[in-house]
Amino acid sequence: MIFGLPVISVTIWLPIVFGILVLATGDDKNAPLARVLALVGSILGFLVTVPLYTGFDASTSAMQFVELHDWITRFNIHYHLGVDGISMLFILLNSFFTVIVVMAGWKVIEKRVSQYMAAFLVMSGIVNGVFAALDSILFYVFWEAMLIPMFIIIGVWGGPNRIYATMKFFLYTLLGSLLMLVALIYLYNLTGGSFSILDFHQVAIPMTAQILIFIAFFFAFAVKVPMFPVHTWLPDAHVEAPTGGSVVLAAIMLKVGAYGFLRFSMPITPDASHKLAGIMIALSLIAVVYIGLVALMQSDMKKLVAYSSISHMGFVTLGLFIFNAYGMEGALLQMLSHGFVAGALFLCIGVLYDRVHSRQIADYGGVANKMPVFAAFFMLFAMANSGLPGTSAFVGEFMVVMGAIKINFWYAFAAASTLIFGAAYTLWMYKRVIFGTVTNHHVAELTDINAREILIMTILAVAVLVMGLYPLPLADIMHVSVNDLLLHVAHSKLPL
Amino acid sequence: MNLMANIIPAAAEIFLLAMTCLILIVDVILAKHSKFITYALVQLTLLGCSIITVGTHENNVVYAFNNMYVDDLMSDVLKIISYLGMSMVLIYSRQYLKLRGLFTGEFMVLALFALLGMNVMISANHFLTLYLGLELLSLSLYAMVALQRDSAIATEAAMKYFVLGALASGLLLYGMSMLYGATGSLELGAISNAIMQGVPNKSLLAFGLVFILAGLAFKLGVVPFHMWVPDVYHGAPTAVTMLIGSVPKLAAFAFTTRILVEGLQSLEHDWSGMLIVLAIASMAIGNLSAIAQTNLKRMLAYSTITHMGFMLLGFISGGIEGYGSAMFYTVVYMMMSLGAFGMIMLLSRAGFEADTLNDFKGLNQRSPWLAFMMMLLMLSMAGIPPTVGFYAKFSVLNSIIQTGHTWLAIVAVMFSLIGAFYYLRIIKLMYFDTPESHTPILVGSDTGLLISINGLGVLFLGLMPGTLMSICAVSVQQSLLLH
Repeated sequence: MIFGLPVISVTIWLPIVFGILVLATGDDKNAPLARVLALVGSILGFLVTVPLYTGFDASTSAMQFVELHDWITRFNIHYHLGVDGISMLFILLNSFFTVIVVMAGWKVIEKRVSQYMAAFLVMSGIVNGVFAALDSILFYVFWEAMLIPMFIIIGVWGGPNRIYATMKFFLYTLLGSLLMLVALIYLYNLTGGSFSILDFHQVAIPMTAQILIFIAFFFAFAVKVPMFPVHTWLPDAHVEAPTGGSVVLAAIMLKVGAYGFLRFSMPITPDASHKLAGIMIALSLIAVVYIGLVALMQSDMKKLVAYSSISHMGFVTLGLFIFNAYGMEGALLQMLSHGFVAGALFLCIGVLYDRVHSRQIADYGGVANKMPVFAAFFMLFAMANSGLPGTSAFVGEFMVVMGAIKINFWYAFAAASTLIFGAAYTLWMYKRVIFGTVTNHHVAELTDINAREILIMTILAVAVLVMGLYPLPLADIMHVSVNDLLLHVAHSKLPL
Repeated sequence: MNLMANIIPAAAEIFLLAMTCLILIVDVILAKHSKFITYALVQLTLLGCSIITVGTHENNVVYAFNNMYVDDLMSDVLKIISYLGMSMVLIYSRQYLKLRGLFTGEFMVLALFALLGMNVMISANHFLTLYLGLELLSLSLYAMVALQRDSAIATEAAMKYFVLGALASGLLLYGMSMLYGATGSLELGAISNAIMQGVPNKSLLAFGLVFILAGLAFKLGVVPFHMWVPDVYHGAPTAVTMLIGSVPKLAAFAFTTRILVEGLQSLEHDWSGMLIVLAIASMAIGNLSAIAQTNLKRMLAYSTITHMGFMLLGFISGGIEGYGSAMFYTVVYMMMSLGAFGMIMLLSRAGFEADTLNDFKGLNQRSPWLAFMMMLLMLSMAGIPPTVGFYAKFSVLNSIIQTGHTWLAIVAVMFSLIGAFYYLRIIKLMYFDTPESHTPILVGSDTGLLISINGLGVLFLGLMPGTLMSICAVSVQQSLLLH
């Protein structure tokens, strides 16, 4: 309880209310007020998630902080919220990144400031709703509503090809969502009239139906992750999105898809999940290896990091579908870590873009001479992206590889190759951008990052290092929930 | 049966008729510049009708005039919503009509006659009453489309509407006469009983059903009987388009329910198969054609076709769930359509119609509030939560999956995906593009307030859809399953 209000509801609605307040400041005359209000809203939004962490009981896999109210009684739909060890950390991650994004857009966004800030705040609340919803229709409402602010963010503040990118983003994700909706309604009828996700977990489903439901969910979640071959929206959306948009896409949006697999696909259709695990693993490995190679060839920094995200998310889906504790916990840690690392890399690229207005690697060179502080931070994040031990990325990747080797050596072999490719494309990019001699007058005129940017980078750097050196508290939180999920998935749900 | 027992169920319609005639006379006496009095009288009439409808409500189904007329919960709910809708149409269009010299007594009287026709259709329990209501509605609409006498495009639209409408009425009458031949009655209950007991001439029944369905499909504007819709929507003055595109859909829903469910329920197996074809064709052609439109009114016309196709899915699944969801869908559609056409009229000025897509370019820079309202309306039409359009689609999909037509639900959502594109395009134009003109938008306080209520209503009902859903389900349940 926060001031007598239920915690999760506050984490959802507080940012949304602040978003509306920010929107009410109107046009750009009041931009300073809008910025301050947005910062206050996002910081408060993060602070109210802290009780979730401090009050969390890691010894149970049951849902905690549960809120249950009638919503649409006619269809037995409830306002049902709660978190477990799988979802809780993502709410924190999301609220944390909202603060970062507001700070990152502080000076850079000059047109329609209030709308920009409001869109991010509203989205922050909606995404918290996605992670906390225990009623599938409530989940669906948040899930779809999430698209609207992102659609606007990319479309208004994005790069030159933003319209194409944002339309593609919206329609691609809508395709998956609509199929999921059909599956949810089907399950509603199967359970005899309940939309509760927890009831879906218990209901027996025949094999054919399981496979069809799995496919419907697959479309919804795989598009969001994104998995090969439905990943093509991501590079477009990332490249065209403003820095804040890219950060949120990478840090939050992609996690929502993997979370969907954990919360829906695997527990609701365990038999289909096992049956189709081979395909999922294959697609994951293709993403890891092939997309890693694609990343190597990029000349656009944002595109490179976007492809690297897809490749890293391949690790996550691989970890999920090998069905052991190493893999799953590794996947979850990888999701958290990737949020920080990819978010930080996009911020770094944003720093360069704000000054030079180019994302082409070829337009840079010798940046270290002009921006030594920035180069140091960038180095850390680049190393983290290549999976250097001691950074957060290493923990997750290592655990997934450990999990995979128990199943099949070659899975682990293919997955581990990313440690080479990842290092190759990230460090090669780093070398071309940062090192060498100053190549052109744009670079020569660069100024190093200011106090605001240093603050953002420091926070992220600390997070990456702490997670890398001491991941135990995080693993502890998810441990019981993950084991329970694995136990649940191991039992067949076919009707007797 | 005594007179009062007959009059009470129809009291609202009788009042409406009397008031319309009175307004017709008052309007002739009034000077040209004092049409506001007529307008106020019309609004008062609508208010009076609502009060009478609520006041004469009975908990059970009441028949009047030798079973030709029925007063049940469904008819009361639909009537009250149609008064509300008509009142909104008039508020939205007042300024627009004034600027075009169409703010005349004729417009308002015709609108009231159209409303009377709809209410008769909603309450009809007999083929003759149904037909009477339908013709009263249609004839009023034909005249309204042609109201702008010197506009060639409006005249053409009226002509087309009239000719095709007459053809459809003919089909309908022909079908009715065949059913009469097969069952020996024109009363819906009696027809239903006769069919249940077995009809000797099956082929006559089948032909009758086909003709009636064709007539219905024409009035609903579903493929392949949709040809008139885009031209009429485009050609008519926007105020009239708004009227055609909103409130009569309620009557069309009632009309379909009365004939197919109350009269021909036992042939459900036959007509639901035909409806599947109509529904899929409408969703396909409506959505695909809407993409190619550059005129917003035409685009909304194709979107109507799609929405009506989607609504038919509710009929295909049947039962309280199905009919209730179809009713909910229709009510929600009326609300969205009022808002969308209202927005066109808000942005129009004297001598300028804001009816092309380009007129919406950069609306967010000209008026962020209006752009936001339009965004809500478009998202609702696309069926994206948290707007009410989502629940409309959701309840129809639910009913259809419940009856085991999961494949049909998948087809429907795939076409919704295509539909989402052209609604999103409007949002894209408003938010991402730069405006073509910077003419200030003059919004009257009444229309400004109404569009805000309309837009926020779509959002509010999206957050709290339960009550309206239940009202629709309960009224269908009480009206259709008691006999």
